Amino acid sequence: MSLASRILDGELRAAARLMRNLDDGFRSAVDDMKELYSHTGRAFILGITGPPGAGKSTLVDQLTAAYREQGKRVGVVAIDPTSPFTGGAILGDRIRMNRHADDPGVFIRSLATRGHMGGLSRSTADVVNVMDAMGMEVVIIETVGVGQDEIDIVRLAHTTVVVSVPGLGDDIQAIKAGVLEIGDVFVVNKADRDGADRTARELAAMLEMKKTVPGDWLPKVMMTEASRNRGIAELVDEIALHRSWLADSGTLERIRQERSVRHFEELLRERLFAEVFGHIRVNGRYREIVEAMASRRTDPYSAVDAVISERLGTPCQES
Amino acid sequence: MTERTLRILVGKPGLDGHDRGAKVVARAFRDAGFEVIYTGLHQTPEQIASSAIQEDVDAVGLSILSGAHNSLLPRVCQLLKEKGADDIIVFGGGVIPEDDIPGLKGAGVSEVFTPGTSTEDIVKWVRENVAPRA
Repeated sequence: MSLASRILDGELRAAARLMRNLDDGFRSAVDDMKELYSHTGRAFILGITGPPGAGKSTLVDQLTAAYREQGKRVGVVAIDPTSPFTGGAILGDRIRMNRHADDPGVFIRSLATRGHMGGLSRSTADVVNVMDAMGMEVVIIETVGVGQDEIDIVRLAHTTVVVSVPGLGDDIQAIKAGVLEIGDVFVVNKADRDGADRTARELAAMLEMKKTVPGDWLPKVMMTEASRNRGIAELVDEIALHRSWLADSGTLERIRQERSVRHFEELLRERLFAEVFGHIRVNGRYREIVEAMASRRTDPYSAVDAVISERLGTPCQES
Repeated sequence: MTERTLRILVGKPGLDGHDRGAKVVARAFRDAGFEVIYTGLHQTPEQIASSAIQEDVDAVGLSILSGAHNSLLPRVCQLLKEKGADDIIVFGGGVIPEDDIPGLKGAGVSEVFTPGTSTEDIVKWVRENVAPRA
């Protein structure tokens, strides 16, 4: 029996194992994903991003509790960095979420970035799909603590929450380009601290500068104290408002289309490369090409043309 | 076939509040190239067993300084067995009297590290005794 069928029968170990196969890049995982694909597309995907120490994990813990109260099953994907030196990682996001560990309506999975830039791991999208197929109605993704440019989350989540904290001072200016543009909801966490109001005002001022047309979603700035469960109910309501807006404005449909396009193109690119490159690496052509290039007997452009037409039988038509 | 990355859960079951040892071991595992799921203080055996399954770990390393090792460690082994996951290796460490070790091993704990064990020895033991499951 395939892992996919066991997952559809509700077997947790099978789900955990497939997630690991995806992470470790096992070929067999592709067959399981084929089988699961028609069971995906139902979950609401919520992204939580922000700098390290902003309280993302605590916020995820409180949001999980709130969705559990609504009777929804919740999946959590929590990403932490891999050491660039040893390949090891300490995945510590569960510490804040332990009370949900033995709740059968919650499934939490920690992932290491494994060298992937952008705030997520290479496997994140597929792991989210596994949770979706398991029947998780909400999947919350907690990104690695981000700086300025880790904005992969916006391509995966339906609603992206950007968490910040008071006391970053002028650093708020530093995050305004990348991260400020991707938030659907902004949260100033640790709102009991000095300067929280000022941080919220600065964020709001920056959001007001955005050019908008009527009917656009206007992101709000919310205040929370995640560790004391303050402001969480309001945040949940705001996320629900955004979700309704996505559906009513037709944005959700557009997102679905865009994602399907991107998913297909990415897979095609990966597979084509593997197909062509794998072949020349095995038969020795690759070595020849590299040597010919190094001694300038050939150029890389002609070499690629030749390899592609050998493999695919047709010259490549660039559109 | 692709190589798997070893995944280990490191946690502190029970009520003692001393997580320095667990953190040192977690760090040593990270430096050895393992992925460590660190679950922190005050874990119930149920939380540990569920987390181990969700995270698909190869082993669970538990640090106990409270003296409750004789009930907590066997309980984790028993819960994993009940969930059909007794292929996950359980090992422990902390202030555990020599006399208690045979009983713990009988209950399914693979190894017990007492105070003074170097992190190198623990890493070496893991490399020799824990294989990432195929």
